[in-house]
Amino acid sequence: MPETQVEFENVSRHFGDFVAVDNIDFAIDRGEFIALMGPSGCGKTTTLRMLAGLDKPTSGIIRLSGTVMNDLGPQQRDTPMVWQSLALFPFLDVLGNVEFGLKMRGVAADERKKRALEWIERLGLGEFVKRQVTQLSGGQRQRVALARALVTEPEILLLDEPLSALDAHLVVRMQGELKRLQAELGITFFYVTHSQSEAFAMADRVIIMNEGRIAQIGAPREIYRTPANRFIAQFVGRNNIINGTVSSIAGNMATFTTPIGNFEAACPSVQPAERSEASFVVSGDLMKISKMRPDTKNQVECTLISEEFVGSFVTLFLESADATEFKVEVQQRELEQLELTPGGTFWLSWESGHAYVLPENA
Amino acid sequence: MISFKSILLRCYVVLVFAVVFAPIIASFVFSFNSDRFPTVPLGSFTTHWYQQVISDSEFWEAFRNSAITAICTAIVATIIGFSAAYTDYRYQFFGKSVYLALGLLPPTIPLVIFGLAMLAWLSRLGMSGQSYSVFLAHVVMCTPFAMAIIRLRLSQMDESLEAAAWNLGASHWSALRHVVLPFVRPAIISALCLTAAVSFDEFAVAWFVSGLNKTVPVVVLEILQGQVDPRINAIGTFVFLTSMTLVVISQVFLLTRTTKS
Repeated sequence: MPETQVEFENVSRHFGDFVAVDNIDFAIDRGEFIALMGPSGCGKTTTLRMLAGLDKPTSGIIRLSGTVMNDLGPQQRDTPMVWQSLALFPFLDVLGNVEFGLKMRGVAADERKKRALEWIERLGLGEFVKRQVTQLSGGQRQRVALARALVTEPEILLLDEPLSALDAHLVVRMQGELKRLQAELGITFFYVTHSQSEAFAMADRVIIMNEGRIAQIGAPREIYRTPANRFIAQFVGRNNIINGTVSSIAGNMATFTTPIGNFEAACPSVQPAERSEASFVVSGDLMKISKMRPDTKNQVECTLISEEFVGSFVTLFLESADATEFKVEVQQRELEQLELTPGGTFWLSWESGHAYVLPENA
Repeated sequence: MISFKSILLRCYVVLVFAVVFAPIIASFVFSFNSDRFPTVPLGSFTTHWYQQVISDSEFWEAFRNSAITAICTAIVATIIGFSAAYTDYRYQFFGKSVYLALGLLPPTIPLVIFGLAMLAWLSRLGMSGQSYSVFLAHVVMCTPFAMAIIRLRLSQMDESLEAAAWNLGASHWSALRHVVLPFVRPAIISALCLTAAVSFDEFAVAWFVSGLNKTVPVVVLEILQGQVDPRINAIGTFVFLTSMTLVVISQVFLLTRTTKS
């Protein structure tokens, strides 16, 4: 039975008239890798700062391992953080930076050096012990920041967009290392990011925030395939949203009437009312594109607008007769048979089970 | 064409420096000249005027006053300057712009008016002509310089740096001691040297409030009022070297910011 470690109970944070965090409520289990994701200004950093004690909630309760933390300063919590700017101390060498937390906690000089060196070694910085942090590369500085935060052996590590300053190839490598480190240590990682690929690559569960509220909490796959509302459907992945009227419901399959045809979509959780306005989502990677009209239920004829080439796959942007936009992800090798020309017409199709009715048509 | 332009520019720079430094160099040259009056051609080389200055107890007294005043002023002005700059950096409060304007105001007041005001104020309190009078006036004068230098350095500090220290268990005081102070250390050394130089050189205010506790610039004026005395050249050279050393040290530390931050 997993033990609850972090609890936010109806927490809000107001700055004057501005509501940065609006009544959020969630719990994290010990040892989870949680990603808190959302567009900039959604309140994710404020949430993190409140957990670290750098900001106080206007109302609500924050608990850490069952203890109410609201009135404790940052010094009184063991919630070390890896900062977006890294915030390494530029006047100290690698050892000085890593042992800082131990020094502030009054650990004797020999002991703290020994413990700091262990972490420096563990993160592969052994040869840089005496190096000034200003002389290190981005990836090495990242490791120093991690070692500095982990040296006190905390039960939770807070990470504030730590990879945002790194090169793309380094980001992928650090993601793997972070995930491995978290699994090895078995401690909770609370990872704030605006990047979907980072969140989905590493997290056990993702919390998505929007305008100060929590939009959805769930495993990456769950959020990806069954977005809770229109905001998430648009924010996550290459989703196609199609609006229409529900003409009938059979079991957990709804039939939609739209200006561009009739479609079927699954509604496993919440069933829309018949004859109501609703929307459904089809992920761009689950759509098929063909030159000839396919022999399936869900299909729509579209005009190709443009294409975006990203390595092994290509995103095609198309438009149907009523100007609904479609995004389709196709493997590069599949494209060769298609003869893509802007303005050309193609058929999109998908299986009914891959279409998902949005529970909330916000 | 390019080279002609750059030669012209170089000549101009050399000319500007020549005009600025000519009087100082002249004073330096004549301080080793045996003739009583500063005329060309020069007489023979001598260290006579330096020996005279060194054996003059009035000069030593003034030098002692100047040195003690400069050192005390530098320390106190830098402490107050740091506190003021840190307050500005760390806190938001009502009337902050007024606070800053007041803090940086003293250098904009004409020195004679500043000296007169200091004299009037200190004598009303019975504190003029005391050994510490010049020190008090110089602290008021120098604090804005220290504050400006330290503020500049603080503005280069990553805002998360102090929060990172708290996050790692440092109290506000230990974060100040172990993070903020080490970060601004070059600016503090720079401020100490610059304020010491300003105080050591300063004449107008010192002349008003020093009374019998004369500083070196005040003594220089008194010697000049009496007669043309080549000792002035010796003292001038000495004061110039002291101040320049302090200012150069100050600049060196002020410029470390880009390489070490």
